Amino acid sequence: MRIRAQIGMVLNLDKCIGCHTCSVTCKNVWTSRDGVEYAWFNNVETKPGTGYPTDWENQKRWNGGWERTKSGKLQPKQGAKWRILANIFANPDLPEIDDYYEPFDFDYDHLKSAPEMEAFPTARPRSKITGQRMEKIEKGPNWDEILGGEFSKRSQDYNFEGVQKQIYGEYENTFMMYLPRLCEHCLNPACAASCPSGAIYKREEDGIVLIDQEKCRGWRMCVSGCPYKKVYYNWSTGKSEKCTLCYPRIESGNPTVCSETCVGRIRYIGVMLYDADKIEEAANAAATTDLYDAQLGVFLDPNDPVIIETARADGIPEDWIKAAQQSPIWKMAMEWKVAFPLHPEYRTLPMVWYIPPLSPIQNAAEAGAIGMDGAMPDVRNLRIPLKYLANMLTAGDEAPVAQALERMLAMRAYMRAKTIDGVIDEGIAARVGLSGRVIEDMYKIMALADYEDRFVIPTTHREQVEEAYDLRGGCGFTDGNGCSTGISKGSLFGGSKKPLRMPEEIRK
Amino acid sequence: MHNFIFGIYPYIALAVLLVGSVARYERDPFTWKSSSSQLLRRRQLILGSVLFHVGVLVIFFGHFFGLLTPLWLIELFGISHGAKQVLAVAVGGVAGIMALTGGIILIQRRLADPRIRATSSTMDIVILSLLLAQLALGLLTILVSLQHLDGEEMVRFMHWAQGIFTFDPNAARYTEGASIIFQLHIFLGLTIFVLFPFSRLVHMLSAPVRYLWRPGYQIVRSRRTEALPQHAGPVTPSRAGRAPLTRKPAE
Repeated sequence: MRIRAQIGMVLNLDKCIGCHTCSVTCKNVWTSRDGVEYAWFNNVETKPGTGYPTDWENQKRWNGGWERTKSGKLQPKQGAKWRILANIFANPDLPEIDDYYEPFDFDYDHLKSAPEMEAFPTARPRSKITGQRMEKIEKGPNWDEILGGEFSKRSQDYNFEGVQKQIYGEYENTFMMYLPRLCEHCLNPACAASCPSGAIYKREEDGIVLIDQEKCRGWRMCVSGCPYKKVYYNWSTGKSEKCTLCYPRIESGNPTVCSETCVGRIRYIGVMLYDADKIEEAANAAATTDLYDAQLGVFLDPNDPVIIETARADGIPEDWIKAAQQSPIWKMAMEWKVAFPLHPEYRTLPMVWYIPPLSPIQNAAEAGAIGMDGAMPDVRNLRIPLKYLANMLTAGDEAPVAQALERMLAMRAYMRAKTIDGVIDEGIAARVGLSGRVIEDMYKIMALADYEDRFVIPTTHREQVEEAYDLRGGCGFTDGNGCSTGISKGSLFGGSKKPLRMPEEIRK
Repeated sequence: MHNFIFGIYPYIALAVLLVGSVARYERDPFTWKSSSSQLLRRRQLILGSVLFHVGVLVIFFGHFFGLLTPLWLIELFGISHGAKQVLAVAVGGVAGIMALTGGIILIQRRLADPRIRATSSTMDIVILSLLLAQLALGLLTILVSLQHLDGEEMVRFMHWAQGIFTFDPNAARYTEGASIIFQLHIFLGLTIFVLFPFSRLVHMLSAPVRYLWRPGYQIVRSRRTEALPQHAGPVTPSRAGRAPLTRKPAE
């Protein structure tokens, strides 16, 4: 056993209102640069829909993630190492930018600089790649938002697998939900495994997956290797980029920008302890439906004295062990079993988990339109088909998702009984295998969601590995070669220079 | 002038190649990349890039071993100069046509596709044009070679190349009287060496073959300076890691 700590995230889809604040704040901080205009480290998709990039979930098409070969070996779905190298001149699985969208901007200046004319001036779109006029925008980062477009298009959604989907095209039966997505910072990252340069790595201390920009050579195998399509090729710098889990913030104990700014307070960040020696075995489970359980088996109970002792020996700092004990991720994923990994069948053991959304039931239930299971509505009659959620979160196994939804419904019923009727109804809790005390804890963390309950993030102990005294007067965090300020005109080796205006000597 | 181009210029070119590449790798590693444009336009790239790269690789290794294998080693194997020339013409011809075809597809794409054109640097276009010119010259040398199949001209170029690497001050003499096409081919080749560190060609130096031998798939980086102690034996958690999933009995 080798115990490692990982910063994990849970998103409570039941509370996501689809406002895109996470995406916009992330973009402002990380990807408002040349070459990654099209890249959204965080994006919010409306489901059902084909998402961004289009049809990303369909690994028959993109060959992302891992596969278990016939001989029982685990290898990237795009091929073993020699196969990946053989495709280095032209990667057959790489999306084209049009699979995301061609980035564009508008001629805003025309609105104020247009001469007097008959028609009202407009701001027409222009490509950010070529700078040329785009007559018609045919795709964007959120093209099928709120069920935009016809059903035949959005029903291409991979999660409809095994669902009789025709009736969901009817207005009365339609359903939707939001799915905010970011890098999963997987325990078994397919991007890192696919990188021929070895530029992508997982950090031992917190599990954040990063790309070394100086080591990346732009072979672009990570883009196709990642089944979530969350590694983006910067067409301007020729390097791949991805979500950094805002590691400078995490290191100082702050939540990521997307989590900090989430108005619905749906995001949780915390520490999970896991056994690094069990990863390969877990990712290689025979049946895809076993992968969710297998990943649960990798996590370690931070309250177990043996685990605590071993964690200490493995160099996990004391405050990280404490954070793991208070981790909202542990509670939701392991104790209450209401959070699930996104597409565990990709075998990457993702670490951004999701609480499935409830869908409108109460009114319909009262009208007698759907079946009641005792005092509570039967989750199998919810508007969002159980199978659809299971395809997304548990490789199609409905039982765990059903249990999570029941527990969320029980939480509502229990709290309604307590606050409206003034009755503590332990029966409700017992029916879903919980106790009243646990349900009240669930309510505190999932419904009230105080800042301190959502984000339990220990700081990184750089002081243990660096001599701060020796670092003083250094060049700090520069984006260039070491201490060079990058103000010399032009570079011998290419790369663009910012038009930074430096004071020059006045000549008479 | 002849002595400068074939006796001194090679050293200038090799020095720039070596020092320039080291300087770039050391001073500006962020610019060290393949500059792939596949994301922006897939069309034409798949065919063009594969043809070009496979062709160029065969030609590169053909030149490398063809020019720098010591003559005594070739004689040891009993390969006649004529046979070696026929082999070089045949393999080089096929690979050259592959590379030239791929290169033409690629430059057409680079110049005509608005996306690729807009994101190309001047050096991208210059270096691809020079490579194409070099490929064309290389294929033209075949016409010259076919006029004398004894392989003796080839031996002279081997003497020249090996003379350069053994610091023979009279190396330039071996290329005297060679066809102008050969002389141009060599001059342009050396010029490409000069431009190498300043162009995208540097990506060939980081061809990721080590990937094949990389142990396992995953890479973990740590700031830790000391190794962790090994656990004496297997560790068994005192509690079950997780509660069993409560499933409702089927109704």
